[in-house]
This record gives sequence, structure tokens and C-alpha cells, in this order.
Amino acid sequence: MWQFFHKLGSPKWFFGIAARLMPWLLAGGILLLMAGIVWGLAFAPKDYLQGNSYRIIFIHVPTAFLAQSVYVMMAVAAVVTLVWRMKLADVFVKSVAPVGLVLTFLSLFTGAVWGKPTWGTWWVWDARLTSMLILLFLYGGVIALDRAINDEKSAARAVSVLVLVGVVNIPIIQYSVEWWNTLHQPSTFKLTEKPSMPAEMWVPLLLSVLGMYLLFGWLACLRMQTEILLREQRTRWVKDYVLAGRG
Amino acid sequence: MNADCRPALTLRQDTVGSLAAMQAVFARDMQVAFRQRQDLLNPLLFFVMVVTLFPLGVSPEVSFLREAGAGILWVAALLSVLLSLDHLFRHDFDDGTLEQLVLQPQPLFLLVLAKTAAHWVLTGLPLVVLTPVLGVMVHLDGNSIGVLCLTLLIGTPVLSLIGSIGAALTLGLRSAGVLLSLLIIPLYIPVLIFGTGTVASAAEGAPVGAYLALMGAFLVLALTLAPFASAAALRISLSNG
Repeated sequence: MWQFFHKLGSPKWFFGIAARLMPWLLAGGILLLMAGIVWGLAFAPKDYLQGNSYRIIFIHVPTAFLAQSVYVMMAVAAVVTLVWRMKLADVFVKSVAPVGLVLTFLSLFTGAVWGKPTWGTWWVWDARLTSMLILLFLYGGVIALDRAINDEKSAARAVSVLVLVGVVNIPIIQYSVEWWNTLHQPSTFKLTEKPSMPAEMWVPLLLSVLGMYLLFGWLACLRMQTEILLREQRTRWVKDYVLAGRG
Repeated sequence: MNADCRPALTLRQDTVGSLAAMQAVFARDMQVAFRQRQDLLNPLLFFVMVVTLFPLGVSPEVSFLREAGAGILWVAALLSVLLSLDHLFRHDFDDGTLEQLVLQPQPLFLLVLAKTAAHWVLTGLPLVVLTPVLGVMVHLDGNSIGVLCLTLLIGTPVLSLIGSIGAALTLGLRSAGVLLSLLIIPLYIPVLIFGTGTVASAAEGAPVGAYLALMGAFLVLALTLAPFASAAALRISLSNG
């Protein structure tokens, strides 16, 4: 256990592991996402209220799900950065923040597209939507602060503090649909209850959420690899790697 | 900056208790501020000017102003606190006082809390005092003005406390002002929502106790957590230089 923990601190070790994991993550992600989306778009039954327009759920929910969990993962990595000063945690935060930003934007965008036929408006200022918008701003702030500080180590620690401060927003997003009366429907998946939709709907949804996770894992590995190569460009193993691979 | 405007801090001895150290930091910040009176006035002038823009830019109709007045005053107060935040640590950072503060034997978060308290007394509190005058100008009724003052009284310390984290994080960076706004505004949004929500609820004649209690909860949360975050951020920013 402890050996694994120490190894995790080594960028070189992670680089190798990531290279071995990535094909699986990519293949699994594409497979699950395709299965979920094809099943959801073509074969799942129509919603009795919303008709076919609800089908965007198979994209909207995975992106929204990931947008939040990426922030939580960043917060965990931020704690690791501040407490153990582990290089990889900081590489992770830096690499996935733009991914989180894009996912948040996608979930807001697909939500707007979905809102037009069902609520009759692109946008309402309700709690769920507003708190997701705040999440978008938080991601933006994290990226901006990271870019503004030149020194790598201070940037990592300053960004970690900011990420941790912003974490107060996550429970607000999560519970906004339960605390306030909003237009947004409550979440589909809960840990303690059975989903309120039939299995033909939630199974493909679950598949696409899992697929999105795997795809995110692949993207995170890829971006972290790039960041590691950039940071370690003066080390021997990077030189060997680049010469062996590209030469 | 004129050097004799800025008295040195003397807290070196371990015998100075944390409370006495906080008092000394607070008193010094007040003293420095009152030697630079224009800096004190600027956020207030900004506050009044931003409020003036709305009747002129949107509509001077009584019905519009009565509806939007509380929101306008809250947004203006928020922006003017944001504007003043840059001064919170900047001068102390430039002349090295901040490094002395970090080196004190007393816990840094308490000293940061004292500085933030001074910041609030110098910017937040005058905004609250000015609010009734501006409230009358945007045609709010007496009850709404009272509630608005109360929400600002609870809300502006939260703004100062959260803002101190942003000010500490962006210390010494280029284009720190804009960056500070980008980092801090998302965190200000909940305070703004509940602040204006309270006044809207009061205008409808509904009870405001629950809203005020929530804002109080924000204040307690910010008061207990923000000084730690700012102190951590200050250490990071100082090691950056």
C-alpha cells in the first residue's frame, strides 16, 4: 500500500502506467458511450410527457455528472498537493481543470437545448442552473490563477487553496433541486433508491455515464502525460523516451 | 508611499498575547487608513456613482427603482468592496510589513482576521451607513431600507472575509485586480442572492427571520474558515516572491 503511494508520487512511474491504461480506457469509454447513446437515442422508449426531446438526457446527464465529479476529484488532489506536496496531484489539477470547464459548458449547453422544448425557454435563473454557472466560473478562475503565477510550486499551492474554497459550491449544486422549488427535475440516480424511470431508460443512461467516466480517465491520462513531459523535459528518461519514440 | 505614513509594528516579544497582537494590527491599519483619507473615500464615491448609473441608464421610474433598488445597492456595495480589496494586503506586501506579520509568534490567521476586520470597518461599515440615503433615492420604503441595512451589515463582513482569500492569492501578480474579481465574484454570488432575497421577501411583507439566519450562517462559516484560507494563501504568495 505505502509502496504504491510512494510510487504514485513519481511522474515517471505514472507515465508508464498511464500509457498501459490508456488504450483500455479509450476502448471501454467509446464502447460504453456508443452503446449507451445508440441504445438511448434509437431503442429506449419515448417519454410519455416529453416525447423524443428527453433523449438529450443521454448526453446531458453524463456531462453534468462529470462536471461535478471532476471538481470533487480536483479538490481531493488539492488536499494531496497541500498536505503531501505530491507532484502528480498538482499535475492532475492543472490538466483536468480545462476538461472540467468544457464539460460544465457542455452540460449547460445541452441543458439549454433541452430546456427550450420542455420548459419553453433556453435559460431560467433557477438554483441548479445558476450553481452550475458558478461552477463554470470557478473552473475559469482556477485556470486563470494557474496561468497567472509563473512559479510552478506556488501556482500549484495557490490553485489548491482556491479549489478547496470553491468546493462549497458542490453541495449547493447537488442539493439545489431538493432545497429549492426549481424547474429542474431531481437527479435520476440516487445511491439509496431505485431510479424513478424504467430500466430501458436508466440502463443506457448509466452506460453513458460510465463511458464518460472512462473517456475522461483517458483524456486525463493523456493531458497529464503531456504535462509530465513538459515539466520533466530536462530529465534523462524523457530524453530517452522522446528519442526512442519519435527518432 | 510616504514612509512616515506607515508606522512599524512592534509585536516581537512572545509575551504579547494573540489578542493584544490583533488589537495592535487593527489599530495600525486604522491609523494608516486615516492618514490616507482619500483611499477611504474612493470606494464610497464608487458606491454612490454606481448606484447613480442605474436610474440614469435603465429607468428613473419609481416602480422600476422600487423593484430593483435593493439589488442595485447590493451589487454596487459588492463591487465597491471588490475594488477596495486590492489595498487589503498590497501596501503591506510592498513595504515588507506582511513578511514581518508572517514571522510573528502569534498565529497568522488571527492577524489576518484583525486586518480583515479593519478592512470591513473602513469599507463595509461606511457603505451600510450610506445605504439609507441611497435607499431613499431609489424609492425604497422604510421597512425595506431597514432590512437592506441589516442584510448589508451581516453581508459585508462576509464579502471582506471571502475577499481576503482572493486578495491573498493574487498578491504580487500581474493584472491582480481583474484576476481577483474573477476568483471572488463566483463566491460572492450566494451572499448576493440571499441578501437581495431577504429584502424582496420583506417588501412582500413576508417574515425575514429565516433569510437573516442563513446570512448569519454564512457569516459564521466565513468567519471561522476564511482567515485560515487567507493565511495559507498569504504564505504561498510570500514564498512566491
